[in-house]
Amino acid sequence: MSFSKLTRRGLIKTGAVASAGLALPTYLRADGHSGFTNAPTGSTVTLGFNVPQTGPYAEEGLDELRAQELAVQHLNGEGDGGMLNTFSSKALKGNGILGKKVEFVTGDTQTKSDAARASAKAMIEKDGAIMINGGSSSGVAVAVQGLCQEAGVIFMAGLTHSNDTTGKDKKANGFRHFFNGYMSAAALAPVLNNAYGSDRRAYHLTADYTWGWTQQESIAAATEAMGWETVNNVLTPLASTDFSSYIAPVLNSGADVLVLNHYGGNMVNSLTNAVQFGLLDKEVNGKKFEIVVPLYSELMAAGAGKNVEGVIGSMNWNWQLQDEGSKAFTKSFGEKYGRPPSNSAHTCYVQTLLYADAVERAGSFNPCAVVEALEGFEFDGMGNGPTLYRADDHQCFKDVLVMKGKENPSSEYDTLEIVEVTPVEQVTYEPDHPMFAGGQLGSCNPGA
Amino acid sequence: MDAIILQFLNGLDKGSAYALIALGLTLIFGTLGVVNFAHGALFMIGAFCSVTVQRILTLSTETLSETQKDFLGNPLKIKTPYVESWFGPEVGAAIIDWSVPLAILLAIPVMLIVGFVMERGLIKHFYKRPHADQILVTFGLAIVLQEVIKYFYGANPIPTPAPAAFVGSFDFGPLLGLDTSLAYPYWRLVYFAFSAVIIGAVFAFLQFTTFGMVVRAGMADRETVGLLGIDIDRRFTIMFGIAAAVAGLAGVMYAPINSPNYHMGMDFLVLSFVVVVVGGMGSLPGAVLAGFMLGILESLASMNEVKNILPGIDQIIIYVVAIVILLTRPRGLMGRKGVMEE
Repeated sequence: MSFSKLTRRGLIKTGAVASAGLALPTYLRADGHSGFTNAPTGSTVTLGFNVPQTGPYAEEGLDELRAQELAVQHLNGEGDGGMLNTFSSKALKGNGILGKKVEFVTGDTQTKSDAARASAKAMIEKDGAIMINGGSSSGVAVAVQGLCQEAGVIFMAGLTHSNDTTGKDKKANGFRHFFNGYMSAAALAPVLNNAYGSDRRAYHLTADYTWGWTQQESIAAATEAMGWETVNNVLTPLASTDFSSYIAPVLNSGADVLVLNHYGGNMVNSLTNAVQFGLLDKEVNGKKFEIVVPLYSELMAAGAGKNVEGVIGSMNWNWQLQDEGSKAFTKSFGEKYGRPPSNSAHTCYVQTLLYADAVERAGSFNPCAVVEALEGFEFDGMGNGPTLYRADDHQCFKDVLVMKGKENPSSEYDTLEIVEVTPVEQVTYEPDHPMFAGGQLGSCNPGA
Repeated sequence: MDAIILQFLNGLDKGSAYALIALGLTLIFGTLGVVNFAHGALFMIGAFCSVTVQRILTLSTETLSETQKDFLGNPLKIKTPYVESWFGPEVGAAIIDWSVPLAILLAIPVMLIVGFVMERGLIKHFYKRPHADQILVTFGLAIVLQEVIKYFYGANPIPTPAPAAFVGSFDFGPLLGLDTSLAYPYWRLVYFAFSAVIIGAVFAFLQFTTFGMVVRAGMADRETVGLLGIDIDRRFTIMFGIAAAVAGLAGVMYAPINSPNYHMGMDFLVLSFVVVVVGGMGSLPGAVLAGFMLGILESLASMNEVKNILPGIDQIIIYVVAIVILLTRPRGLMGRKGVMEE
């Protein structure tokens, strides 16, 4: 061998080609797939759980991780099987997915879109994750869904409530089990009408990002349709902590209802501030002043303490439901962790099982086969009654819960009570509804 | 008019928190010359003193209910706080109800100790290092402290209510001869009064005691005071503890306003630094003046009438004012010559 032919130019060229090859994401390299991204080749398959492990939603992320870990155990045949016993599809046998043992890696979204994309990317490229699940923010969900579409993996969204996730930002590789702002509004409007009447003036405080905008639009449309007037809608920055300067103008605005389109720490603080200003003790326009929190979570309700008492909102699922699926999941989760699961934990658990079931039914991990298996899939036994994964937008359609802050909670977990289970027919909308317009699913991307 | 008065009250309340945190910050800077980015964490630790006292007072015995079930269908554990067993249900409930004001008793020694340990254990090693090093190490310390709190208390906000006697709001409308209601929460009024007392006490301590006189002399000329044989470092260490206690007390009483969470210190930190810079680095009256001024301006800027003309102004008003003041008065409102200047 001679080194005489190795010219400087040749070395640079070779180096450039090698560097470009190394710089390519693994899902674009030939060894990264067998027809699709991260095709499992050994005896295991890896799922990526992308949840907030730090930041303001860390507690919710921790609950999602608990549920995801439980789902993996049940898929691998460990534990009591949970919802595998009540799920209407019987494709899952407790022997992993397609006979491969399920393993998982985790990422920290930090509830920041860029961090969530980075952690999802790392799980796909470095750890070989074939599906990404989890999250507690619509901003994050939209960002990660876009990444998964590009990378050719399936995204099973966690808690994301913006209409946009399955509206203008929908993607063929993305699926949402959680409900959305439109559904909350459709479920809440009749209950609010019965409780507070049709002659009300509402003042909205709205978190200034995709979720807040779409929820406010949905709630305003639904309440105006039943006769309410929207007095004002004030956008509040996501980073706000003290809402007193936004609450103070409500007092003399002529409004008799305050709608808090806030979630997480924002909701805890804005509700606490509103109660401090004595809004719930006031009479305006001859009526008792009321506060509405369209999207509730158990963890938020615990953070707000007594302030949630009597306040109406909505949820995707609650551990107090008495159907067999909910009871099985609550029992599994409660015995393992000593606490009831939150609705974000539930949606992550169900999404993980739904993905695994779709792979089993499709007989393949290929994302396009999974998409085909999930589109139009009808199932039951997962806690929300008969459910449809609609093919047009990859949104689940199922019953929605209207909740109220409990007056005399018996324990720290007993903060909310179910007011009504709104039937799926009442919250269903057409795929081309204007609030969901502007996006295309496109076609599935296997990443090959 | 009523909206302006309401936002003015709101500004006084916001300004109280800014002024208390900024007062401690500028006290540390004026005495030790340290830019302490962990000061927000001290505010947060103070708030968690309230949470801790609430938890201690609600430590309970558990008995199994014969009628109620928990979420798994097992007999529900009924909790009875020890204080209710020891002092009777009414007195016990009243003690628990007053857990936030009682937390002041815990917060003062805890915050003094935290302050001493921080100063002696870490910050004193950075006195002669560049400000960039001080910022890095204190910012790192702030992150460590908030992660420690998160480990023990979780990431979720923890409700810490004010005593029942202060729930509700006072209507200033009739008092000011207005036809409309002008309600303002009792606890926020308490917070404003409490801040005024603390600020007054700090000023009185520095103005009317020998210790305060030496500290003021040290702030003006550290070397000369040292040459007179006075151990100024020891006094400055004590001032660090006092500054930590001031931040902690601000946090204790803030707990009912917004449920404490591990991140709350960071939320106040940046604004407090702006307050210190606008007031003038090292100037105690400047910090207080700027705290109230910026709090009031921020509140007035968040009026809908203002935002309709200048959308988003409530988010930037503090920084706009800071830029204008620093352009016209580079040392801030009451800054002294020679501070942070080569």
